[in-house]
Amino acid sequence: MNDRLIFQIPYLEKGKQILPTVPNEISSIEINIPDNLKRKKAPELPQISEPQLIRHYNKLSKKNFGVDTGFYPLGSCTMKYNPKINEEISRLENFVNIHPYQDEEDIQGALQLMYELDVLLCEITGMDKFTLQPSAGAHGELTGLFIIDAYHREKGNKRKNIIIPDSAHGTNPASVTMAGYNAVAVDSDENGKVDLKKLNELLDKETAGLMLTNPNTLGFFDENILKISKMVHDVGGLVYYDGANLNAIMGIAKPRDMGFDIVHLNLHKTFSTPHGGGGPGSGPIGVTKELSKFLTIPTVELNNKGRYYLDYDKKDSIGKVKAFYGNFNVLIKAYSYILSLGAKGLKRASQLAVLNANYLKKHLSKYYYLPYPEICMHEFVISAIWQKEKGIRALDIAKRLMDFGFHPPTIYFPLIINEAIMIEPTETENKETLDMFIKAMIQIAKEADENPEILKSAPHKTQIKRLDEVKAARDLILKYEYK
Amino acid sequence: MDYTPHSNKEIKEMLSFLGIKFLKDLYNNIPDKIKQKKELKLPEPLSEIELLGRLKFISKKNISTDNRISFLGAGNYDHFIPSVVNYIISKPEFYTAYTPYQSELSQGILQSMFEYQTMMCELTGMDISNISLYDGATSVAEAANMAISINKKKKILISETIHPEYRQVLKTYMKPRKIEVFEIPMKEGITDKGQIKENLIDESSCLIIPQPNFFGNLEPIDEIFPILSGSNTLAIACVNPLSLALLKPPADFGADIVVGDGQILGNPQSFGGPSFGFLTCKKKYLRKTPGRIVGQTVDSAGNIGYVLTLQTREQHIRREKATSNICSNQSLNVLAACVYLSYVGRDGLYEIAELCYRNAHYLFQKLVAIKGINPTFNSKFFNEFVVYIDLDSTELKKILSKKGILGPICLEEWYPSLKKRYLFAVTEKRTKDEMDLLIDTLNKALKVK
Repeated sequence: MNDRLIFQIPYLEKGKQILPTVPNEISSIEINIPDNLKRKKAPELPQISEPQLIRHYNKLSKKNFGVDTGFYPLGSCTMKYNPKINEEISRLENFVNIHPYQDEEDIQGALQLMYELDVLLCEITGMDKFTLQPSAGAHGELTGLFIIDAYHREKGNKRKNIIIPDSAHGTNPASVTMAGYNAVAVDSDENGKVDLKKLNELLDKETAGLMLTNPNTLGFFDENILKISKMVHDVGGLVYYDGANLNAIMGIAKPRDMGFDIVHLNLHKTFSTPHGGGGPGSGPIGVTKELSKFLTIPTVELNNKGRYYLDYDKKDSIGKVKAFYGNFNVLIKAYSYILSLGAKGLKRASQLAVLNANYLKKHLSKYYYLPYPEICMHEFVISAIWQKEKGIRALDIAKRLMDFGFHPPTIYFPLIINEAIMIEPTETENKETLDMFIKAMIQIAKEADENPEILKSAPHKTQIKRLDEVKAARDLILKYEYK
Repeated sequence: MDYTPHSNKEIKEMLSFLGIKFLKDLYNNIPDKIKQKKELKLPEPLSEIELLGRLKFISKKNISTDNRISFLGAGNYDHFIPSVVNYIISKPEFYTAYTPYQSELSQGILQSMFEYQTMMCELTGMDISNISLYDGATSVAEAANMAISINKKKKILISETIHPEYRQVLKTYMKPRKIEVFEIPMKEGITDKGQIKENLIDESSCLIIPQPNFFGNLEPIDEIFPILSGSNTLAIACVNPLSLALLKPPADFGADIVVGDGQILGNPQSFGGPSFGFLTCKKKYLRKTPGRIVGQTVDSAGNIGYVLTLQTREQHIRREKATSNICSNQSLNVLAACVYLSYVGRDGLYEIAELCYRNAHYLFQKLVAIKGINPTFNSKFFNEFVVYIDLDSTELKKILSKKGILGPICLEEWYPSLKKRYLFAVTEKRTKDEMDLLIDTLNKALKVK
């Protein structure tokens, strides 16, 4: 059923009272804006009562699916449970109502939290110093690449290339371009890992660095990582860790010990902060001691009197990548999460994420083509090529899963797998849920044989049926047109 | 405390199905050389009771602006947030969802983003809107990138009157590609339009002008943007969205792209983040826009629905040729803005803007009547203004904080020539009594001098 747009709810002729009545001395002040700057026609915003407004958004919320609704095995996104206590903490008045330019004396709590989160993230990754300024993973990548640029500039190097595996997230090459480098793809080998021979051919004095996700986007730990980082270091390049998949290895292995110089983390993946329907996230960048002088300003420091302060005195800093200090509200939740779980809890989270993924993978491998059979980390990729022979695509399988009450996995990524279905169950799902998902996937595989139409026309049980994306891109209706 | 739901029995069953004995066997592929030998050195895990206690304790080392009278602004403001906003954005179907790639399960977020796009186009007068960038500062940088990709010129003109941190971000973004950021100097607290010379325009990809500017002053945008006419240099306005209730939309002056920060629209100060950046532009630049865009379509039964559209601009499809690298954005903050704008509505937004304006002008008039306080600029302003106060900043802070007053911001650090010049922001939340307390306090302090 269609829900009308908020603009189609009949407007009240006059707005509700929002403001207090103000003394005459204020209300009598004339609005004196030069005529050529003054707005003549008010923007057409809705004008509706509060009960109508609440019903409108309530209806909309019922047409949305979140982690709290059900299983959300979206590969590469780590859709784990978002603890409610962390939400409550992030709304504490003295966290919400603080201004970035208050005196340092008045924001010691915020600075302490940021300082301690930096220390915790250093311990988890093995890095020496973090900036919490980047707002998302891709923003972290860009920040990391700015640091690579600053490093080479200081050395007088003029290097053009950043090497990225062909299985990498799209943000990697896009960030590389924004940082003024060329993205050079290195092929994966027959096991889905970096092809060392090909890498060797690409490495030269033009190589500024290499970006790598480990475990990679296929869900495999690249056991050659020490060789890879050494090869890059040997030509004078830096090695960048895309932390999208850190959820597999917390407490098991540290990126620094794999030879990485720069690391970004996705607090909204690994550290349980909610995705908010697309954001806000947070993408802190951790670096080695050698690179820490390039970090964004300000850094949060602690002096010998136990007082936290913002340090802007960094002449080699790349500058700022965002106004103020970062997505503070997200930082609070990640900090709380780490304190809740501790060392054992983080390690157990990783282990069970990996257990869940392997359990699903082995069950599904009887019904779906599995390009790489080896033990996976926290996620894995199957392919719908067996089903494709019957005219069924990964998209159809994804849409049909909705009828079973599941959010579909990531599809058509990584690009190196045909009809890819990328599944990441996370550690916050139990065997019962996984078994139900397996059952659904088996039934879908059967339907592909026996009743393919039901897949092609899926979903059937959602409030809205399959949407026509081609039409959207052709018609380009991008806003409501007032009559 | 952890959130894994497995019983030991389940774990055993799953391990045995996989043919392994221990959880650690799952990691046999990781070389020993890399594997951690010791457990992470982290504090002992906390129960919910302990965690809440500890975090409350830390939070109390902050002073909430609600326990003070705040005149702090400069890009982050103490505006009123109606309770409906938190109610809606706390709905788990919204805040625990991912980016709406699977549209059939994301109609809630997609429809509200479509509504948001409509409202931002209404406010700014532009044709199209994306569904957010990280913040105001990065929206300026993304708009500049967009201009560069449209006309391929390698220089950016930006007014010195825009937020200093926005300029810093822009420079950080542009440095690796050796794109020159040229700052147009100011005169009397507004952009010195005489400095926007023809040869500069010819070389430059875009001109970025704030409205109102960092000092709260209204820029003569009606005289500045026309200077660009006849060139292919893009006009970019960085605006305060609330001010647009009173001010003509930038589209009317020929703006090509309009950006800004959305914290003002229903998002708390939150120590400066998260807020969101908005970007609206002319339709002809649609395919050059960064970030996500929602389009209307129909489902197989003919019902109207919404999807992410023109994804071929984006990184997950176009990779190194994408218009931007942005993936996660600030959706929940956009939802807050959407609820906020729907709640306050057409009249409400105007009334709030009006009261901000009136409060600021009341305070300004009373302050400049005090001996030792003078206006700094002669410009019209919205809800922020700059005055000279004959007190140094430490002294001023001490005097005001005794009365529970936060702010103003001392400008000297950013603009060395503006010694003893202070920036006040006044929102609809400030009462006459609060402002009178400030006036009275300064009056007394300066009299003693």
